[in-house]
Amino acid sequence: MSLDSVRKTPLYDAHAALGGRLVEFAGWALPVQYEGVIAEHKAVRERAGLFDVSHMGEVEVKGPQALDALNRVITNDLNRIVDGQALYTCMCLPNGGIVDDLVVYRFSREHFFICVNASNRDKDFKHIAGNLGPGAQAVDRGDDYAQLALQGPRAAEILQPLTDTPLKPIGSYHFAAGKVADRNAIISRTGYTGEDGFELYIAPGDAEAVWNALLESGKPHGLAPCGLGCRDSLRLEMKYALYGNDIDESTNPLEAGLGWVVKFNKGDFIGRSALQAIKSAGIPRRLAGFEVTGRGIARHGYAIRSAHGTGVVTSGTHSPSLNIPIGMGYVPAADASPGTALWIDVRGKEVEARVADTPFLKRKPA
Amino acid sequence: MSIPAELKYTKDHEWARVSGDTITVGITFHAQDQLGDVVFVELPKAGTVVRKGATFGVVESTKAVSDLYAPVSGKVIEVNEALADAPEQINKDPYGAAWMIKVEFSDAGELSSLMDAAAYQEYVSSSAP
Repeated sequence: MSLDSVRKTPLYDAHAALGGRLVEFAGWALPVQYEGVIAEHKAVRERAGLFDVSHMGEVEVKGPQALDALNRVITNDLNRIVDGQALYTCMCLPNGGIVDDLVVYRFSREHFFICVNASNRDKDFKHIAGNLGPGAQAVDRGDDYAQLALQGPRAAEILQPLTDTPLKPIGSYHFAAGKVADRNAIISRTGYTGEDGFELYIAPGDAEAVWNALLESGKPHGLAPCGLGCRDSLRLEMKYALYGNDIDESTNPLEAGLGWVVKFNKGDFIGRSALQAIKSAGIPRRLAGFEVTGRGIARHGYAIRSAHGTGVVTSGTHSPSLNIPIGMGYVPAADASPGTALWIDVRGKEVEARVADTPFLKRKPA
Repeated sequence: MSIPAELKYTKDHEWARVSGDTITVGITFHAQDQLGDVVFVELPKAGTVVRKGATFGVVESTKAVSDLYAPVSGKVIEVNEALADAPEQINKDPYGAAWMIKVEFSDAGELSSLMDAAAYQEYVSSSAP
């Protein structure tokens, strides 16, 4: 496979030098693994892992009306967070379909910073810029930031020696502007793994220095450079949705288990009336997590049969932490409760599964 | 790259160890390396008749599904049942503990279509990503 036509993050050479296996993902060349998916997965759960997520897009929204303008574009409510706090949200089409899922950082009522999925960067920017209305402007900052994710129970111990910013006061889904290894960084206590950890937004030119400083600081803690492979298995164990797999424009937040980021009482927002109607009519299908109890691994697109109809697998893998095949998929709402039997068509063979209590991994960040 | 000299190889990255009128079959070091961590393997039952080039089983890694292709036609006379519970052996010891099936072949002439170690080495290096 040729990676010539895809974009390279500032860490491309660093990945290659570390033995990372580079693949194309969302138009970017990124490592799928270094040592191996399972070893990296366990490193993150037990110690810490370092991910290059520079492919993620960034959009900045500024202006005197920024809060209200952006609040009309997203489903969650920016009034629920304070300056220095971050918010997970969806943004929807007028019909309730999910344009993307995002993390919005509130610097002030007049200044927000948004992290968007790489595959949706252009679409999201147009959607946000086109819908803000007066008093706020969007700027695509995707080329101005590299992003590193330091994840795992030892993340704070590894990061603290590299920054004067005290990490302890930064709670989950909070952030601070500071310096890491003498480089400017947005230090955010967020992640996509279910572990404690940080996401660092830095200038692309600083990425390699910060990456290397973290690897060095992490050495005594068993920090492992990690690829996309374990990023997927880690997020799946937490039942975090992946855009393009579990959610997209043909799905809505209510059926995807993201009703908690839809705030109907905050005032009008794009998709509100459609979502209200869907909720009133009753949600016919639900995104359910499942364990495969028979032999086989369910993969994206496999058909599901259950007592009240059919469904489809949206994500599936082998769980390295639980050592069983797990996955998620849309099933009839009547068959979405934990314990319900499902049958999954694994390449022509019906394999038994059952709806699981999720997240699959019961674990609280430290 | 580990390519034992005494084995025969397919273009689908299976290896075959010929002994009398049977062959032992597994996947190569290169194959397991490309797959990554193997987490599932499905093999036929003893007695199954396999056809050269047709699938006889499946291996899955954390990331991908890959079919297994029979190097020659014949009858499966033994299956490595231990692999079902220890698929990671395919990564650890692809030419040893992770043998998959033994096949009593029906046409010795089919063996000549398999690559020797030198040819497989050449094949892997020319098709490498």
